[in-house]
Order: sequence, then C-alpha cells, then structure tokens
Amino acid sequence: MITAWRSIGGVRWGWFIAFALVLLLLPLVYETHTPTVLLIWALFALSLGFMWGYAGILSFGHSAYFGLGAYVYAIAAVNIGESTLPLILAVFIPACVAAVIGAMMFYGRISDVYMGVMTLVVSLIMFKFMNATAGDQYAIGAARLGGFNGMPGFPTLNVPGAPHISLWGVPTYYVCAVSLLICYLLCRWILARSFGRVLLGIRENETRCELLGYNVPACKTAIFTISAAMAGLSGCFFANWAEIVTPSVFSLQTSSDVIIWSMVGGVGTLIGPILGAMALGMVKLLLGQQTLINNFLVFGFILIVVVLAMPRGVIPSIQYWWGNRSRRSRVPSNGGRARRRLTVKPAERS
Amino acid sequence: MSDVVETHELTMRFGGVVAVNNVNFNLRERELRCLIGPNGAGKSTFFKCLTGQLPLNHGNGRVFIRGSDVTGWRAHEIVRLGVGIKTQVPSVMNGLSVEENLWLAARRIHGWNGTAGAAEEIIAELQLGDFSKRLVGELAHGQRQLVEIGMVLVQRPWLVLLDEPAAGMTGDEVERLAKVIRRINQTASVIVVDHDMEFVRMLGSNVTVFHQGAVLLEGPCDHVLSDEKVREVYIGTRAK
Repeated sequence: MITAWRSIGGVRWGWFIAFALVLLLLPLVYETHTPTVLLIWALFALSLGFMWGYAGILSFGHSAYFGLGAYVYAIAAVNIGESTLPLILAVFIPACVAAVIGAMMFYGRISDVYMGVMTLVVSLIMFKFMNATAGDQYAIGAARLGGFNGMPGFPTLNVPGAPHISLWGVPTYYVCAVSLLICYLLCRWILARSFGRVLLGIRENETRCELLGYNVPACKTAIFTISAAMAGLSGCFFANWAEIVTPSVFSLQTSSDVIIWSMVGGVGTLIGPILGAMALGMVKLLLGQQTLINNFLVFGFILIVVVLAMPRGVIPSIQYWWGNRSRRSRVPSNGGRARRRLTVKPAERS
Repeated sequence: MSDVVETHELTMRFGGVVAVNNVNFNLRERELRCLIGPNGAGKSTFFKCLTGQLPLNHGNGRVFIRGSDVTGWRAHEIVRLGVGIKTQVPSVMNGLSVEENLWLAARRIHGWNGTAGAAEEIIAELQLGDFSKRLVGELAHGQRQLVEIGMVLVQRPWLVLLDEPAAGMTGDEVERLAKVIRRINQTASVIVVDHDMEFVRMLGSNVTVFHQGAVLLEGPCDHVLSDEKVREVYIGTRAK
C-alpha cells in the first residue's frame, strides 16, 4: 500500500553493490589519499543531508560536531595512547552535546530561523574558543589544545587492541569506505522504520505530527543526535587523515561547504549529498592547487547555477527525469499492441 | 454523567487583548457541542487552549480532560489521552499521499500490522478511495478537510475536537460530514467550532455562543439561535 515510503526506505541493492565495489576496488588502480578525504566529506555531507532532507532540520553550524569529533579524538588519543576508545568517544561526545543543544532548541519551541542561528552560533563559539587556547593552561591531561596552531602528533588509527599496529594509507581508506557504507545503510534502515516515516511527517507538517500524538521535540532531538554522531565520526576520520586538528574544522567555511555539497547533490536523497560532497570536494582540492581563481567564487557560481537549473539538486533532478522517461516508455503507443508483440513469451518461443 | 472537558476560569491574553476571558465550560460524556460566535469572539483561541496548541500556565486558569489537569500539557500529551484534534486550516502532510497520511495517523494506535487495515477502513468510510494514492497537496480544500477528519477518526478517539470542519466543503460533502460527526458522537464526545449556521442546525446539538472572549449563552440549538441577544451580537438580520 505505501509505495512512496517503500521507495524512500528501500535500498536499491544493485546500485549499492556497484557503488560498494567501486569503492572497494579503487585502491587497486588509484592512490588512496585523495579518495579518503572525499569519503570523509561524503560521510559528513550524509550526516547533514539525512537530517535536512528527511526531517527538515537545517543546521547552519554542523561543523561544530565535525570539529568536536576531530578534537575529542585527538585529545583522547594523546591521553590514552591508542585509537579504539577515542574513536568511540569521537562519536559519543558530539552526540551528547547535540542531544543537549537539540533538546534545548526543540523542547524550547524555537522556530526554524532561530534554530539555524543557534546552530551557527555554537560552531562560531567553538571556533573562537579553540583559536584562543594557545596557552599552556589549555590542556586536557597530556593534550595541549594548541590554539590556532592546532594539535599535531596524536596517535592515528590502529588495529583495535593492538596500538603498535597502526592503520595508514589503504587500510584507513577502507575504514572510511566501510563506515560510509554502514552509515548509509543505517540511514536507510532508520527511514524504513516507523521513526523514519514520522520524520517525513515532521518534515511535511510538524504541527500535524504533534496533533497525531507524536513527540515531535523528542524525534527531532533524536535525529539531531544521530546526525551529530555521524558528523563526529567523519571529524575523527578527518583528524586521522590530516594528522593535525586545527580550529578551522569549526569554521564557517566547513559549515557552508557541507551545505553547498548537500544542496548541489540533492537534499531529500541520501546519495545526493554523498556524490555532491565527492564531486565538489574534488573540485575544491583541484582549485586548492592554483591561485588564479578564488575557491569561494567558483563554489558560489556552481551553487547559483544548480539552484537555478535544478532547484532540487542534481540527483533528484536526474531521478525525476529518469522517472518521466520510464513512464513515457511504458505508455503504450498504438494501443500497446506493437510493443507487446516484441515480447515473446517462453512458451511461444518453443 | 461525568464531565469530559472542564475549564475553570480559562483566560488567554495577547498583550493587552483578552482573547478568552474567564471561561467556565463543561462537556459531558457523549455530548455533541457546537461553539459558535462572530469572528474574533475567541472560540478558536479557546480551542487552542483546550488542545495544548497555546501554552498555558496556572495563571491562565485550568483545563481538565476526564479529570486530568492538562493545564500546560503539550498537544501530543493531550492527544495521547485519546483526543482527536482537527485544526481550522487543514493541517495535513501535503507531500505524502492520502494513504500515507492516514497510515501515519493510525500507526501510533494500531501497531505496525494493524495500521494499513485501519487506514483502509477509514478510506472506505469517508469515500476517499478515488484519490487515496494522490498527494494530499494536489487535492481540493474540501477533500483535504475530509482527509484530516479521517486522520482524526483513525485514531479512535473518545473526545473529538473539530475546528471549522465544514469550511470549504461542497453541499454534499457537508451533509456527509454531518453524518460522520453524528456517527462519531455515538462513541465519543465532540466539540465542533463553526460559524456555518446551516451546518450547526444540521448537527442539532447543544450550542455555546462566544462573544468578546466570554460565553454569552449556552443551550439547545433552536433556543440559542432564536435568542435576541445572540441575534444581535452575531447573527443579526440574517437569522430568519
């Protein structure tokens, strides 16, 4: 009966397996340093796109959780000396912070505009604070926060339980790729549950969902928390990839980048933000190698073009075009007789 | 019979404007009551106070539903008592189909397995089958009203609060709606806020008249509609 929801919650396994194979086989033909950061950004964009596209919650300061994941990992790794617990903390602490901030916003009946401002302010406070932590007094255990110079030299990912076997290069790539695939499946799984459908209802009409007896603030806080946990995980991977954490992880540019990636890729899909982040992330890296054109101008131009030409984003527009094409091809011309004659049943063949 | 809804000196101010002024209201079990009044009389504000859509504190008076003091409760908590609420402007999920709207409404009450069946029953009862697969945003106003009423009914509430349910409906749809409301009233108490006098007469219930935020008069429909004071403040020369 619920055909639309089935398509929202269902995984197109053919595409998923093809995408997974490309990710898993890529290291055989290409270096992994650049693809790793693209996967990390894709995970970050997925975290925002999931919340924005399916629950209608736009966070203007999602970098707060990305940066928090990065810093929590670095601080914990310096103090603990291995990566397993820091990795868990990098997911758990941003999630807890988001749960508190989300509960304040959503139970406080703060409207969308003010919510956007609040999320932005949180990230800017983090950015300003971390920039001001250059003194020796800003240390947590053995970890000095380092102010605008950031935190270099923390232990990177290692095999769980074996701190002496560190993961670097291809293994890190695979950790990021598998994490992205798992998070994608997790998002799909959530959307296929009642909770996912309630999220869609909230996106469409928050008041009606409340009048149906759903605890809208609790649902919104939950999705905000899940999204922040994914952003924290991506921040943790970013710290490992860059081998240094600086306050720029909290910057306005980080927040705006992920919004642009999601918008261009297509909000309301999961694959849109992922592919948007990968494509525009690659553009960002290529632009970073030259000084002729300002990156912001290029991204602004791309955003304007996409918003004007494909307001729903690239992937939803392609899906819409493909759906229309398929529907047109199914409409039988000539009463459908000619088309049907082309299809011969097995019994007729014999 | 015990009171299903009870308000004690309910008051709601917006700045210097008193929208609801010390209203004491009672609704008995299985009673059907219409709230009428001219524009700005305070009936919709009163409705929002009952349903938790406007936040209350004890300075605003008290609201009791089946004996529970629900003053300050959120709308979803009040709904979870078994209250069905339909708002003035159709509040539906435009981006979802009729079936999906009803599914979402039924899910909390009927569980995963029973939800689809409950939604289909309502589709049949309200004759929504012709457009059940269409997006609600594509439907006419009256059809959207019916969908919203379906969303209320599928939750099997024992108290139903309907704010202007007949607004924008065709004559046939209004008649069908009146029948549906009388059917609901066999198992639930109902409050209908409306100013369509024909519709109120069709329901033939007790009527409470609001004027300037306060209750002006209460009583049987015919008695109230023939009252001079009511005619003066609300109905005027049209009520003949």
